[in-house]
Order: sequence, then structure tokens, then C-alpha cells
Amino acid sequence: MEQILFIIFGAIAVGGAIMVVTRRHPMASALYLILTLFAVAALFVLRQAHFLAAIQVIVYAGAVVVLFIFVIMLINVPENKLPVERATGLRLLGIIAAGMFILEAALLIRRFVMPPGTGADAGSIQAVGRALFTDYLLAFEITSVLLLAAVVGAIALAKKKD
Amino acid sequence: MMEPAAYLLLSGILFGIGVVGVVARKNVLIILMSVEIMLNGVNVAFIAVGSQLGDVTGSVFAFMVMTVAAAEAAVGLAILIAIYRLKETIDITELSVLKW
Repeated sequence: MEQILFIIFGAIAVGGAIMVVTRRHPMASALYLILTLFAVAALFVLRQAHFLAAIQVIVYAGAVVVLFIFVIMLINVPENKLPVERATGLRLLGIIAAGMFILEAALLIRRFVMPPGTGADAGSIQAVGRALFTDYLLAFEITSVLLLAAVVGAIALAKKKD
Repeated sequence: MMEPAAYLLLSGILFGIGVVGVVARKNVLIILMSVEIMLNGVNVAFIAVGSQLGDVTGSVFAFMVMTVAAAEAAVGLAILIAIYRLKETIDITELSVLKW
């Protein structure tokens, strides 16, 4: 059963990602990105990482992609002014690079033996919350400073200079 | 739980698709979205191995990756808005003032 669900959600994630990369209008890409992010959140649930799945939906699909859509609508490039994507050699190079990454991943997986699953609770909100506030407290506080810097930087960069 | 090998392969495939998007597209918005796909691929790998080993570090690290991705998307989009206001284009081949 888990294999079937993995194949379904994995296919949706990969199909959505391919559609993101190949659409002409960025709004279509943003909507397919939402589909991909939801499929990845379902994969997180399959691995019993419920907290990360919720955070993925709330933060990634619910804030980052919404920000993308705001910017797409704000910039509002008309259809005839979208960049023309000619078939340059870069496209082939990109596909070759991606193929090499995937081949490398497949080869490493064949050589790499994982220890059997311990079944320990590694993704519930209690476990992650406890770890974030004890072992990884410094990283947690630094990411809050990082978010503050991002907010200030985004406002300073994007506001109208008058 | 099933073996994480298939999840790692899926992570590699998502990362590869993101690489194709970053390298081959000219629309800056789609390049930024492809970077998000790459980061999601990495998160899938973190969660898969972390849950297999029963270690909460995988989830914590994926959480940090998500935070950094959100911050980077915000700042990247702000830069894009500033550039669009200046140059009226979102074609990355025309934003080449710093090229040698």
C-alpha cells in the first residue's frame, strides 16, 4: 500500500515539476508548483513526518507561492512581452546536467545500504519541537534573525524610492 | 516503512528537473520557481533518511531549509521587482550588466 501511494504522489510531484519548468506563462508554472508542493507534502506524511508536511503546506504552498503569484500579478508582463525561449544549446546542457544528477543518485543508491528502520518517532511535532528548543536552539534563533533580515531587505529593495 | 532508496531517487529526479529549469529558462520568475523545486527535492531526501534512521535531525534540517528558502524567495522577488522597475524586462539574458 505504501509503495502504491509513493508511486502515485511521486508521479504527481515529478509531473508537476516538469510542467513548472516547461510552461510559457509564469502563472501556470506557479499553479503547477502548488501541485508539486502538495505532492511532496503527501510524501512527507508517508514517512510519518507530519509536522514537516503541515509546515510545507502552510509555509511553502501557502506563503512562498502566494508571494510568487503576487509578484507575477504585480509585474504583469503582457503575453507578447514574455521572454522568447529559443532552443539554445543551454537546454541540452541543462538536460545533460540533470541526467548526470539522476544517474549519480541512482548509482549511489545501489551502493548504499541503509540500516533497518528503527521506528523511532522522528517527525511528530513533539519530537521536532523538543529538538528545536533544546539541541538546535541556536539555529532556531539564527533563522529568526535571518527572517528579520529578509523582511527588512525585501522592503528596502522593493519599495518605491521617492 | 519502505526503504528510503526510492525516495532518494525521487529526490534526485526533482533536483534534476529544477536544474533544467534554472539552466534552460529565460524567465526570471520560472528560474526562481525551479530553485524552489530543487530545495524541495533536497527536503525529500532529508525527511526520507531522517525518518528511516529515527533521527529528528532530518526533520530539523528540512525545517531550516524551508525557512532559508522562504527568505531567499522573498529577497529574490524583491530584487526582481526593483530590476523590473528599472529595466522593464524579466528576460535574464538582458540582465547582463555584470557579465565580463
